[in-house]
Amino acid sequence: MLQKDIRFREGLNACIDCGTCTAICPAAQFYDYDPRIITDTVQTRDNNKIEELLKSDTIWYCGECLSCKTRCPRGNTPGYIIQALRALSVETGLFAESEKGRQQLAIKRTVGESILKFGYCVYIDDVDTQMYPEQGPVWDWLKNNREKILERTGANYKGNGSGTLRLTPEESLVDLKKIFDATGASQRFEIIEKYSKEKAKQLGIPFGKGKDNEYFESVYEGGIEDE
Amino acid sequence: MNKKDPKYGWADYQKEIADDHYYFARSCIRQNFFPAAEGVFLNIIRNELGKDIYDDALQTTCTGIAYHSGILPLETIMTVVARQFALMTEAGYENYVCSCVTSFGIYSEMLEIWEKNPEKLEETRKVLKETTGKEFVIPKNMVHASDLIYKFRNEIKAKTKYRLVNKQSSEPLKVVDHVGCHYAKIFPARGVGGAEFPEVLSGLIDTWGGTQVDYPERRHCCGFGFRQYLIKANRGYSIANTKRKLESMHPYHPDLIIANCPGCTFFLDRWQYTIAEMEEKTYGENGYGIPVLTYEELAALLLGYNPWEAGLQLHQVSVEPLLDKMGIVYNPEDKYKGKNGEYLGAPVKPEILKVY
Repeated sequence: MLQKDIRFREGLNACIDCGTCTAICPAAQFYDYDPRIITDTVQTRDNNKIEELLKSDTIWYCGECLSCKTRCPRGNTPGYIIQALRALSVETGLFAESEKGRQQLAIKRTVGESILKFGYCVYIDDVDTQMYPEQGPVWDWLKNNREKILERTGANYKGNGSGTLRLTPEESLVDLKKIFDATGASQRFEIIEKYSKEKAKQLGIPFGKGKDNEYFESVYEGGIEDE
Repeated sequence: MNKKDPKYGWADYQKEIADDHYYFARSCIRQNFFPAAEGVFLNIIRNELGKDIYDDALQTTCTGIAYHSGILPLETIMTVVARQFALMTEAGYENYVCSCVTSFGIYSEMLEIWEKNPEKLEETRKVLKETTGKEFVIPKNMVHASDLIYKFRNEIKAKTKYRLVNKQSSEPLKVVDHVGCHYAKIFPARGVGGAEFPEVLSGLIDTWGGTQVDYPERRHCCGFGFRQYLIKANRGYSIANTKRKLESMHPYHPDLIIANCPGCTFFLDRWQYTIAEMEEKTYGENGYGIPVLTYEELAALLLGYNPWEAGLQLHQVSVEPLLDKMGIVYNPEDKYKGKNGEYLGAPVKPEILKVY
């Protein structure tokens, strides 16, 4: 299945195990993470080892900065390999077997749903300092006074026509939904929901829609340890 | 531009940037967190430089943040990108300019995939037509908004009222350039100066009177990391990478950081606040932070725009130390007002990080 993914084919071409990717990798400096070992593992084509990767936290540590693409002397891109592994982990439901993988539900319900609701990956109305405390008091000030401040800064907040933070026209939102349905995004969203719900049941954690439920809070805030 | 023409010198590190008539693609992050920046950019391009740039109501997110977080298939983002190009085609433009560096990486990636895999291009055309009825022409020229400011840096300089110079000492200000990873690390040939010698921001510093700060972690990622920031449980990754950069640049006492990526600008600003509150560590002078600006915000200051009309009150790190050094005239009373001059109250002050 990995061989069918263009990101996998472009990302891997006879790794020589030099470790340059690991040396440059911000994730390797922060996590117990080594892109060289991942590249080496998938290169073995050992399906058992690859399945272990799909169930692990390891493939979710990469930050997709793609610094590895610049530096690999073989022209490989471990960051692309990670994209292919993540896609397969979601498609097979194995993402729900790791703590970091289970976080896909929270990303789907924040950024993913924002795209279809607003036409933006993120929109001011849905960002608060409870979920994003590092936004700081200046964000609370902006959000609480957003009509007046955004008018002053020349935005077109929730307005028709063009401009900063304009309302995305309905026809554009309809186009996005049709594209999501036709290209597998809607299906991926359903898979994420389905396996997350099953995992919540297995772990005995209350699961519901949106952000106001224990399972969402747990994956977002950190840490549902597996049994 | 013929890259083999010797008059262009270091040809591999240069790129073609169209001279006029652009389709403008907005950034999700920049619109929310620096909501005056794109308006300032459009004003500079249209009214200071006299160029034509189209701001389309029908555009959407490129979905890049979702794609890099692993919740969208490649085929989805490829078709969304194709729709954006179709909007450009429908509007009668050939030159595409995007405001977001994640988007710039995405557009570059899709163009490269289509070039190497023509069957993917045909598949995308088919799906786009079936879903939206739209057709597209591949842009003749695709650049980042900072590329335009770089291209016209001398024209902008000719109109500036201020320079990147300390008014009291007449010394050049020390400026850190932070180039977003997806500007040139993925496809070096698509960035001015490539991945090795990125000049898109340092060229602005040199032209506008400042001096570059060269420090060990200059090219390190800001730490956004997509899912590493989006999930609260992972944010240690994000703040640790920004801290690594701040610690590395601190001994050089920068007066200013500029960035071309909206996310990087946000993180370099907000993580300074967070590190101050968590560890009582600040990186500017006298308990303040190091101001962080986007390229167009900096251009606006130099051109003499009102800093509060340019949205600089929406940065968590106060910009006043920079304004004072440059001798920029501004009204502190005007900072927290609405459009009609009504006072909106001031934001709560952080406990540790000093703000004006």
